[in-house]
Amino acid sequence: MIQTSQILETLRMIDQEKLDVRTITMGISLFNCVCDDKRRLASRVYSRIARQAENLVKVGREIEREIGVPIVNKRISVTPVSLITGAIDDPIPVAEALDRAAKETGVDFIGGYSALVQKGMTAADRRLIASIPEALSETDLMCSSVNVASTRAGIDMDAVRLCGEAIKSLAEKTGDKDGLGCAKLVIFANAVEDNPFMAGAFHGPGEGDCAVSVGVSGPGVVKRALESVKGASFDVVAETIKRTAFRITRVGQLVAMEASERLGVPFGIVDLSLAPTPAIGDSVAHILEEMGLEKCGTHGSTAALALLNDAVKKGGVMASSHVGGLSGAFIPVSEDIGMIEAAACGALTLDKLEAMTCVCSVGLDMIAIPGDTSAATISAIIADEAAIGMINSKTTAVRVIPAPGKKVGDYVEFGGLLGRAPVIPVHPFSSDAFIARGGRIPAPLHSLRN
Amino acid sequence: MAAESKAVVTVLGFDRKGIIAGVSSVLFERGVNILDISQTILDGYFNMVMVVDLSEPTCPFDELQGALNDLGKEMGLQIRIQKNEIFEAMHQV
Repeated sequence: MIQTSQILETLRMIDQEKLDVRTITMGISLFNCVCDDKRRLASRVYSRIARQAENLVKVGREIEREIGVPIVNKRISVTPVSLITGAIDDPIPVAEALDRAAKETGVDFIGGYSALVQKGMTAADRRLIASIPEALSETDLMCSSVNVASTRAGIDMDAVRLCGEAIKSLAEKTGDKDGLGCAKLVIFANAVEDNPFMAGAFHGPGEGDCAVSVGVSGPGVVKRALESVKGASFDVVAETIKRTAFRITRVGQLVAMEASERLGVPFGIVDLSLAPTPAIGDSVAHILEEMGLEKCGTHGSTAALALLNDAVKKGGVMASSHVGGLSGAFIPVSEDIGMIEAAACGALTLDKLEAMTCVCSVGLDMIAIPGDTSAATISAIIADEAAIGMINSKTTAVRVIPAPGKKVGDYVEFGGLLGRAPVIPVHPFSSDAFIARGGRIPAPLHSLRN
Repeated sequence: MAAESKAVVTVLGFDRKGIIAGVSSVLFERGVNILDISQTILDGYFNMVMVVDLSEPTCPFDELQGALNDLGKEMGLQIRIQKNEIFEAMHQV
């Protein structure tokens, strides 16, 4: 029997600590849409998604009402588009079809305008990467990602160069909205195939026809739990986070199983990520500060984040039958009020963020950089981040916004879950000749790992 | 949630006459049986938790939820109904 105190505790988590399920994401394979006529391909893609995801939003809302926990987003991820556009000369009609299908089904985002090019690029991959600025600036709900590196394959530096150029051009094309398009593009190393979070979600080629996955959230709940163990040792901190993560993940598992049953689609995974929002009381940075740091980004931040990231996984993994995705702590700057404050006061720099990505679940995320940052510098930032992922066998990513016309100290405003961010400086010294080399950085050794 | 038929009604707000009567009559009119009630009043702030049986309701869950919400608005209280699974998931292994 559930105790009254436990019921009231759950209500407090929902009302005051912003416990929510961030997303139910339906992964849909598009392999059965393949054909060599771009109009027909686009129309098949649209029909396939509109039919398969017809009830996704309705079912999400039903579950939300019945259990009383907000399910913030309903999303769709699809097979990386470069894999289904090998026989056509232009992927843009598919981008338009994805966006239309997202609007038709009522979801918040659709992800998968993607290419996996860690070892090399096909002609279709090149066409897709080249089309990203146009595709993302002319659609509303579509997200895109490119995997440029992996621990097994190394780093494709030609792709890294092209991605830096794509980010730059995309920022300019969406300059009237502070470069908002770049918030919908992630460059990965070791991308996972079942990530339900945007902008990097895609339905990997190793996945089945369709699956529903759930991404949880809950930084506010963890922060509140740590407030009750002020001054206690890290052993106690880790245990407290584990226990809290377990509860949060159980909510995710419940939602995933219900969604799977009602939609008649197999359950994929629960992603145990702590995903912040710009709302007060929903910040990962504030968890780190609760551990005893004056400001996120100061010395000790990497250690605090390492503990948090690991404890979240340990607590969550037993609460779900299948854990996957990115699973850990996200550190997006613009989407986290504590990160925004830390970046604004100079405590959190790009270099410290890079160090923190060695131990967080993903990478450099939602960071506004000066509008005059060159494509080569952006590529070099991507290369550094990919190297961290490649060597440490973890997913890393770059989602930076070179906001046109903005300088260090200015703010970019995206609104909603994407938040706002102060523009922070990049190194002024050139990486042009480094990026101009191209080729591949070889995969690392898998032994002698010190 | 077909196999499970229990739900939890929670009422939060300032104490006043007729809270339990109001909630009970909404439930009674819709064929919902009350299994357990506990309530506390802390500094005039009213907390009530009611476990109810939904195995023989005469209306869909959404309608019951709507009726409780309406009553909450009328009485200046926060009245919620949530399926029991959420609490079991979070507090039982």
